[in-house]
Amino acid sequence: MSSTTRKDIPVTTTGTAASTSPAASSATPPQGEQEHDRVSPFKRVVSAIGVQNISLIIAIALVVAIIGIQNPLFFTVPNLKVIGTAIAIVGLLAVVQTIVIILGALDISVGSIAGLTSVASAMIFTATSSAALGVLGAVAIGVACGLVNGCIIVFGRVNPVIATLATLAAFKGIAQLISDGRAQGYTGADPFFVFLARGTLLGIPTLIWVLIVVAVLAHVVLRYTTIGRNIYAVGGNNIASRLGGININRYIIGVYMVTGAVAAIAGVLITARTGSGQPISGSEGLELQAITAAALGGAALKGGKGAIAGTILAVILLGVLTNGMTLIGVNTFWQNVAQGTLLVVAVVIQQLRSGERRIGIPG
Amino acid sequence: MSQDPQHPTDPIALRATGITKNFGPVRALKGVELELRAGEVTALMGENGAGKSTLLKILNGDYRPDDGELIIDGRPVVFTDPADARAAGLRVIAQEPEIIAAVSVAENIFVGNLGTVGFNRRALLRRTREELKRWGFDRVIRAEALGSSLSPAQRQIVEIMRAVVSRPRIICFDEPTSSLGDDEVGLLFALIRQLQTEGIAIAYVSHRMAEIFRLADRITVLRDGAFVGTKRVDETSHEELVRMMVGRDLSQFFHRDPAPLGDTVLELRGVGNQFVDGIDLTVRAGEVVGIAGLVGAGRSELMKTIAGDYTVTSGEIVISGQARRIRQPADSIRAGIGFAPEERKAEALLLQRSVRDNAALVVLKSVSRWIFVDNRAERALAQEYVTRLRIRTPSTEQLVGNLSGGNQQKVVLARWLATKPKLLLLDEPTRGIDVGAKSEIYAIIDELAHQGVAVVVVSSELPEVLGVSDRIYVMAGGRIAGELPRADATEERILALAMDDEVLA
Repeated sequence: MSSTTRKDIPVTTTGTAASTSPAASSATPPQGEQEHDRVSPFKRVVSAIGVQNISLIIAIALVVAIIGIQNPLFFTVPNLKVIGTAIAIVGLLAVVQTIVIILGALDISVGSIAGLTSVASAMIFTATSSAALGVLGAVAIGVACGLVNGCIIVFGRVNPVIATLATLAAFKGIAQLISDGRAQGYTGADPFFVFLARGTLLGIPTLIWVLIVVAVLAHVVLRYTTIGRNIYAVGGNNIASRLGGININRYIIGVYMVTGAVAAIAGVLITARTGSGQPISGSEGLELQAITAAALGGAALKGGKGAIAGTILAVILLGVLTNGMTLIGVNTFWQNVAQGTLLVVAVVIQQLRSGERRIGIPG
Repeated sequence: MSQDPQHPTDPIALRATGITKNFGPVRALKGVELELRAGEVTALMGENGAGKSTLLKILNGDYRPDDGELIIDGRPVVFTDPADARAAGLRVIAQEPEIIAAVSVAENIFVGNLGTVGFNRRALLRRTREELKRWGFDRVIRAEALGSSLSPAQRQIVEIMRAVVSRPRIICFDEPTSSLGDDEVGLLFALIRQLQTEGIAIAYVSHRMAEIFRLADRITVLRDGAFVGTKRVDETSHEELVRMMVGRDLSQFFHRDPAPLGDTVLELRGVGNQFVDGIDLTVRAGEVVGIAGLVGAGRSELMKTIAGDYTVTSGEIVISGQARRIRQPADSIRAGIGFAPEERKAEALLLQRSVRDNAALVVLKSVSRWIFVDNRAERALAQEYVTRLRIRTPSTEQLVGNLSGGNQQKVVLARWLATKPKLLLLDEPTRGIDVGAKSEIYAIIDELAHQGVAVVVVSSELPEVLGVSDRIYVMAGGRIAGELPRADATEERILALAMDDEVLA
């Protein structure tokens, strides 16, 4: 029978005393405690920015370096603007997709909502000659689409992937029906739509401003408000959230409605850029890019984890990659292969880091 | 030692020497020694975080030790996955078994080994019934029952059957009784005796002292990942074991003086729904009311009904003299009720979020201006409860998933105490928690009662119910089977009531 030494675990000196009672603290050393006092400044910076974000920044730097060496055109201001405007639309969808994913769900109908609202905004504008009505109408339709998604999921008890897969088809069909499958209206002469598509503020294209505003709003809501906290809570443990008094149905429906609204803004931007309402071209495949960006950015597909900063970095990476491949002359079909590969790689890395066992169908 | 592994002459079925395991900078085990002898039960004790689970995971092949050696029947073995452990005749019974919902008990038991029984369903069922009968479980579980219909106790039985049908030489139980009612515990102990007579070596992890003295031949104690010692059961005492585990005295436990009683806070008048029926119950301010009963008696369901998770279909819930309609948890929170559910990790905690987030979950609005969370106020709130409840965590920013079970439970308590509740419902508040944290939780309950909070404690551990309660309701079959004041309550009386009209699942 031996009384073993227990002093070989370094005793931490964190200022906030976990235990005030000397009796208790001497009897049991704090559990799960790590070394805090010997963290290097480098590690501190790394942990503040996040390993995920640093990997993304390094990846962006690598891609930029490689493409810049191959084609010096890459660094020209016009090309950077091309990249910026190209990522604005997918960026919007990626930002809201991140919120949906943190909530523990998924919305694959965002591309179809963007298409439907693109057509609708152009048609309302043509009918009323009012850009404001066109935008408002589009946003209202987007919110309604989100409401439909949310209600199917909450009240129909349909898995979010299946529910929004169904509405992906249905919303696309509605867009084709009302537009007869063709581009609709002409917004290329309206000053507001022209401003959206080609205007600048402080030298930065309006499109990018829209993304910045939405991303900052989303970031602030997620990070600093009760709403954001509750979104993380619902995604992290929905039973605990319900027992904690959170009306989780309201959050699910609300998040889908916001997603619809932002998808509608993306739809309006599509209309502005092409000068007419596009039922399909311009929006098809955006859901894949949005989900890829969110996953690459570190949003856990199980919910409860993720951040807008990571998603934006991932959107930039994807934008640079697409632009670079075009510049170097890579066949566009390969870009799809690259997209798909990236999504798989992002999720695989996520799952491996979570230490999940490689058995059966992942939860 | 042993010359022929096929015919072991060595009574030591398993010997683990110098087992060391690190997780990054955290040393989970250092130089642990364990001997399991054929036909003997070796209890493994220690507070949470002492390294019992890690040791079991090493035995099961889930982890590989960084150092040390496992010797089975005199031959060193290396397990790279659980299949290796099984092939070596070693089975670890999971505490929370995976049960396939859509297939029967028989298929669940023989999952992975269906080939050994043949793919004939009738043969499989016959074999299953034989095995259930052989081990004494034929009365509590049917071979045809679907996985989804099983109670936690029955799921545990399926997990045990999975092990014994393969006739292993060594079986390790990890707190097998934590989800069992007293009836099933009796069956389990009989099974363990039977395994002993068949020469099987048994390791038995438990926090329950009484169980260990009933079952074990030897007791190995771990503390902070280190081996403290092994004792023969007849050469030691409760007090010595507790000292070995924590270096503290038994006298600290169950320290409760009844508080002066105030007005009635909770009154249930004939409350019923699909789980419970005709429940009449009162709890007064400053009172600790225990709810005892066998597993499946409807205790947790009653708690969830009061907490608004299940709807009341008959009768009424009266809080402080006012009949309240509680349709969802938010309603019960508004009425001043806090609820710590039995399944801490699954139903209460945000494991990936910080202590601060978890503590403030319900009162987030109170530490916010409009919709903006005031981080400083929130941290101060969390710190207040970390200090008051002695939550052992490096800081309020630590992820709750990294804390031990006892400290996680305290975080759940902190969340509800922050709401300043009139009534606190605690479902198995000390389940899976080490003795040290247990006594601290009892102290918290006692303190709350003295502050005038009405407390309801559901517990399957009779000494706990007896120690902590002023008054005890015993439930059976979804009803109140009886009520006992503290002075009249004994384990025997509670059991008699609990088993009164008990129809086992």
